[in-house]
Amino acid sequence: MENVGALSLLIAFCLAVFAVAAAVIGKYSRRPLLTVSAERAVYAVWILVTTASGFLVYSLVTGDFRLAYVAAHSNKAMSAIYKFTAWWGGQEGSLLLWAWLLATYSAIAVYTNRRKFRDMMPLVTAIMMTVLSFFLGMITFVASPFRVLMAGRGVIDVGDGNGLSPLLQWWTMAIHPPFLYLGYVGFTVPFAFAMASLISKQPGEAWIHTTRRWAILTWLFQSTGVMLGMGWAYTVLGWGGYWGWDPVENASLMPWITATAFLHSVMMQEKKGMMKVWNMVLVSGTFLLSILGTTLTRTGLVSSVHAFAQSPVKPYFTTFLLSAIALTAFAIVKNLPYLKSEVKLESVVSRESSFLFNNLILLASCFAVLWGTLFPVLMEATTGEKAAIDAPYYNRVNIPIALFLLFLTGVGPLIAWRKSSLNSLKRAFLIPSVVGLAVIATLAALGIHNPAPLISFGLCAFVAATIVTEFWKGSRAIQLKEQLPFPKAVFQLTWRNTRRYGGYLVHMGIVILFIGFTGAAFNQHETRSLGLNQSMRFGRYDLKLLSVSNDENPNYQYSRGVLEVSSGGKVIDQLEPEIRVYKSSQEQSSFVGIRRRLNEDLYITFQGISPDNSKAIFQLYVFPLVSCMWVSYWVILAGTIICLIPGKVRLQYARTEVVGIASTRATVQS
Amino acid sequence: MHTYLKFGVLMALIVGSLVWLAVGGVQDTKTYYKTIPELEKLDKTAQAGRLRVGGDVQPGSIVKSAAGVSFVLHQGATTLKVMYTGSDPLPDTFRDNANALAEGRLGDDGVFKANKIQAKCASKYEAKPPQRVVHQKAT
Repeated sequence: MENVGALSLLIAFCLAVFAVAAAVIGKYSRRPLLTVSAERAVYAVWILVTTASGFLVYSLVTGDFRLAYVAAHSNKAMSAIYKFTAWWGGQEGSLLLWAWLLATYSAIAVYTNRRKFRDMMPLVTAIMMTVLSFFLGMITFVASPFRVLMAGRGVIDVGDGNGLSPLLQWWTMAIHPPFLYLGYVGFTVPFAFAMASLISKQPGEAWIHTTRRWAILTWLFQSTGVMLGMGWAYTVLGWGGYWGWDPVENASLMPWITATAFLHSVMMQEKKGMMKVWNMVLVSGTFLLSILGTTLTRTGLVSSVHAFAQSPVKPYFTTFLLSAIALTAFAIVKNLPYLKSEVKLESVVSRESSFLFNNLILLASCFAVLWGTLFPVLMEATTGEKAAIDAPYYNRVNIPIALFLLFLTGVGPLIAWRKSSLNSLKRAFLIPSVVGLAVIATLAALGIHNPAPLISFGLCAFVAATIVTEFWKGSRAIQLKEQLPFPKAVFQLTWRNTRRYGGYLVHMGIVILFIGFTGAAFNQHETRSLGLNQSMRFGRYDLKLLSVSNDENPNYQYSRGVLEVSSGGKVIDQLEPEIRVYKSSQEQSSFVGIRRRLNEDLYITFQGISPDNSKAIFQLYVFPLVSCMWVSYWVILAGTIICLIPGKVRLQYARTEVVGIASTRATVQS
Repeated sequence: MHTYLKFGVLMALIVGSLVWLAVGGVQDTKTYYKTIPELEKLDKTAQAGRLRVGGDVQPGSIVKSAAGVSFVLHQGATTLKVMYTGSDPLPDTFRDNANALAEGRLGDDGVFKANKIQAKCASKYEAKPPQRVVHQKAT
């Protein structure tokens, strides 16, 4: 069976290489049959990779421990769902997942455009298939998931496997990698369209219209993946945080940053024909950073707490990445005249310039993170000394960037295109500025004097106020004109321009996210030891140790401390932090006790018993506002989904689209 | 051209201040990796800086108390006593024989004062399945 799986991958690899050649030759020698054949090959590749994945999953679920991959990442005791998720629990399997997702995306992209862009599609196919051939080549020749265990010359069956790392046996972790991959891999499609349109010098901005939804959807997947990772780190790892600036975390963040910049700056190209070079750079950057991210997590290029070990795929990945960078750069530089901007910037105070600064600052942030992540590699290459830089570096650079971005989030959408007069600025920003300053003054009066959180909360209020006034003004106009109740007017307004108002909602989510980040400035933390039935005070909580127990179940042994939480003399909760030691892997894992509330979380980890056996040691934390982070995700999700729904204006005025938009705008703004 | 000049100045200002922040950040948080034998050979000024020292945790040497966690790292025959007083709880992978990375400063008493510990246990994530599993079968 493993032979069928491996063979499917080998044939898929050959077909992918064929598709590249057929598409390119078909286009340039004008043989439409050859290009059609290339597109058919894409479907065949999808079927073959799906077959191979099916075989791997089947082996994992049924426990075919002759396969090295199955023996390493699955065992009999695991529940079926984790046996399935072991598909991406190790290097070979996760590369297979990468390939399968790309094959799926490619098939969808080719199918939905089968009658469109006949001139450009062969190149799109060729680019997607080039990337896919690389990944298929990796899992066929270098890191095959279908390798069998050999002892001497015979195949052996080991009976049971090592099992998935217990840290990964957690629901958010089970779905975190596929979501990140959906996002990482997904950007290959906009990248392929962008490059194809660049190389074949397509007139107009067709690639942007076609890939807008791809880009938004894959951005949503990336956001989901990063969020799930943060939620997992917070709940499972028990180090009392959600972000540690680890190289692997950075790897997932960087493409998200450039994708965010891309989503903003394509609007400039759509509406104004500006920033074409930026967009090319951003879409390529996102794609390349996705490859870099995969390289970092899969090859041990940078030492990290949770990177995979050194592996044979490293030189191939590095070569692929470097040649992709070189080719992309060459394509962009060679076609620079084609990317010439149609309009010039007119004023520093304009919507255009706010987009420009948004781009600049996002790229700066991405570069700062990239620099920090690759610093050890660069340092060792240049001076031979091993060194690394740490979280304070990232925070120092990124906090001012983040605050400036937050400011732009408020300013950008309200400022006029081309040039803004002082009067219009006053009209738009008077109320939000007053609200922001009022919040700062109130918080300062309440005793918060640390400047960064003060500024952050002030800006949050400012941005929230701009969004609320936008909704209010628009809905009010509709309410008066069409005699609708206010909530219906809000609905009407959003539906008329889903992109704009969905975008505002996403911005609102970002504001809530920033409130969550800023809460970290007020974190409290202590290590305390406590005897049985003793109490202690931490923050506004009284904690009493009720019991400490040691026990085991078939899967793991555990020690558990049971704490009674009371506040103001009333018992409000009971937390039971644990330490678990998993039997099969002998790995230890903390199980945090968390009392989640919107205003603050009480977060307790059990550290063990003191040497004289009289006291239990706990790490106690209070995390103010951390729940806002998780709330913000749902707001961002809702906003993004609204952005993806076609607006009423486009549907109703399909033929007179431009006029339609202009007239609604006028009524909305009056 | 006037507008472009304004843009140039603004951008230079933003990029300049970020570079300034980044350079400062790198200088303040840069830590060198040293092995335990290398640590002993360092001169006084280098010993005073922030360092990362790697080694294996000596079995049975971990002592937890409310003041912190002390343990001994060893690499071959050389050992280093470490006192961890950082605020984060120790990683779950930190235990006897784990490969650990302590980050902090070397005290005058020869005890390494760490405020950050990373640990990777040898078997984690990517074991070498064939050898290990064959061994299991043999036993």
